[in-house]
Amino acid sequence: MSDLTHLTISEARAKLRGKEISAAEITEAYLSAIERANPVLNAYIAVTADKAREMAKASDAKLGKGEGGALEGIPLGIKDLFATEGIHTQACSHVLDGFKPRYESTVTSNLWADGAVMLGKLNMDEFAMGSSNETSYYGPVINPWRRSRLDTVVMPTTHQGDGGFVSAGGAKTARTLDNAQLVPGGSSGGSASAVAAFLCAGATATDTGGSIRQPAAFTGTVGIKPTYGRCSRWGVVAFASSLDQAGPIARDVRDAAILLKSMASSDPKDTTSVDRPVPDYEAVIGKPIKGMKVGIPKEYRVDGMPEDIEALWQKGIAWLKDAGAEIVDISLPHTKYALPAYYIVAPAEASSNLARYDGVRYGLRVPGKDIVDMYEKTRAAGFGREVKRRIMIGTYVLSAGYYDAYYLQAQKVRTLIKRDFETVFAAGVDVILTPATPSAAFGVADEDMNADPVKMYLNDIFTVTVNMAGLPGISVPAGLDGKGLPLGLQLIGRPFDEETLFQTAHVIEQAAGRFQPDKWW
Amino acid sequence: MSVDLQTVKRVAHLARIAVSEQDAERMTGELNAILGFVEQLNEVDVSGVEPMTSVTPLEMKKRQDIVTDGKKAVDIVANAPATEENFFLVPKVVE
Repeated sequence: MSDLTHLTISEARAKLRGKEISAAEITEAYLSAIERANPVLNAYIAVTADKAREMAKASDAKLGKGEGGALEGIPLGIKDLFATEGIHTQACSHVLDGFKPRYESTVTSNLWADGAVMLGKLNMDEFAMGSSNETSYYGPVINPWRRSRLDTVVMPTTHQGDGGFVSAGGAKTARTLDNAQLVPGGSSGGSASAVAAFLCAGATATDTGGSIRQPAAFTGTVGIKPTYGRCSRWGVVAFASSLDQAGPIARDVRDAAILLKSMASSDPKDTTSVDRPVPDYEAVIGKPIKGMKVGIPKEYRVDGMPEDIEALWQKGIAWLKDAGAEIVDISLPHTKYALPAYYIVAPAEASSNLARYDGVRYGLRVPGKDIVDMYEKTRAAGFGREVKRRIMIGTYVLSAGYYDAYYLQAQKVRTLIKRDFETVFAAGVDVILTPATPSAAFGVADEDMNADPVKMYLNDIFTVTVNMAGLPGISVPAGLDGKGLPLGLQLIGRPFDEETLFQTAHVIEQAAGRFQPDKWW
Repeated sequence: MSVDLQTVKRVAHLARIAVSEQDAERMTGELNAILGFVEQLNEVDVSGVEPMTSVTPLEMKKRQDIVTDGKKAVDIVANAPATEENFFLVPKVVE
């Protein structure tokens, strides 16, 4: 086996069960890949090598006896938002300095119970607030994808045939990688970068407004935000409680289905966790979509959207049509109000959730002349600019005299957004196809985005509606743009109908093929 | 609606975040950009619309009103910056 890190979870699972490879071997392969790549990509903020080796050893013992869970011996990366007992958990914030929880989140407990191996904690935007992974206290994550240029080079006859594509006339095309560093998207940027760069077999992530699907689209990986209530939020550092959901980022659709099955559960410790059995998502992969009704919402065609994305969307429509789906034009009239409503609801909930970081119970404390001064200095030093901005907005919209004008209005608009979806689903639409993002990955320290917070927020324009309505959404890679960067399509489903998303995403994956970056790191 | 420097300072104090004069000035611009962006919500006719309280119709889970957890004082204070005998230490609150 040349490179164990390039196996998908389903491939590795077969080889582990067949004893062709051991959990120790695949774990070592990932640990050395991380050691080489992480100084450049900054995807991991804590590597738990000893723990990984210990878990792999236990997995090998189980596999040796023909036992083992659904993910036995599979090495995973965990977003820093998930509480992991005794291990660095800081939501990539300075305010949680040194925090090591005395408990384990339900989602990660489920993964370990199924035999998965933890490689470490993954970088993210601070408290999951960001779309570029640049708000992390631990610095930006770098996307393993780079822009490239396709050149046609006329080759001297003596050099013909030494790689590349040799045409009859002695000219070949070669992709030249640009040096500019790109962001992996956010907030689950570490998860997406690590999966795309083969630094873990799959990763946990979370999505409040697009934080799984946007980075998945930027890195050519598959990311699913399940229906609100499908994965327990217990032990996940809270950002906006009515919107937060955990989900996986994986290298293909099947792997995402395998991971979600393990992550999802009913949890008495989370009152919003749903009491429904978790289906075998993998079982639907490969099932035909003939006769399925796919809705195309006209409101997702926005001004200034790159032609590449429009073309990709049309390609996606054609693929699903070819597979026997019925394509219908639909309207979701309140789409444009989802993002502004989100920027009231999410900061409001965040300002309340983040009130607990006070320098008393955990993390950073900056001394002050009295207790209020201590709170204010601690929070000023502990939170980054974006987090402060959102706490301020949230505090303002919830303050006396403004609650009705902002928060109540936003929650009413949210009802209308949800109603739009209910109407099209009631009319028989099974799944909705949209672009995942309005652009491909952009550069680190992009001046426009840094100068105007609203510009950065627009990254989530296609994904945020799904959180506002609590629906499931998946981002699946569908092609490369003119500069060789991956682009994704999004599928939105009925509540708790993740199966249709996996089934349909697999059809797109089959048609589009899979994408991996040229290795430069 | 937009905010002025005084309002920003007041909100920062409500949020318990110390801000310098310079921070407050920068934040005023940023917050006004965001508030300007969300202003478009006022165009939406919401008459007769109920505000959303839950995305999925969920019945609140209930459990027996009995002690199921406890005796974890050591765990609870384990991450605190300052403690004494399982108490959190804070600067003097009452004179």
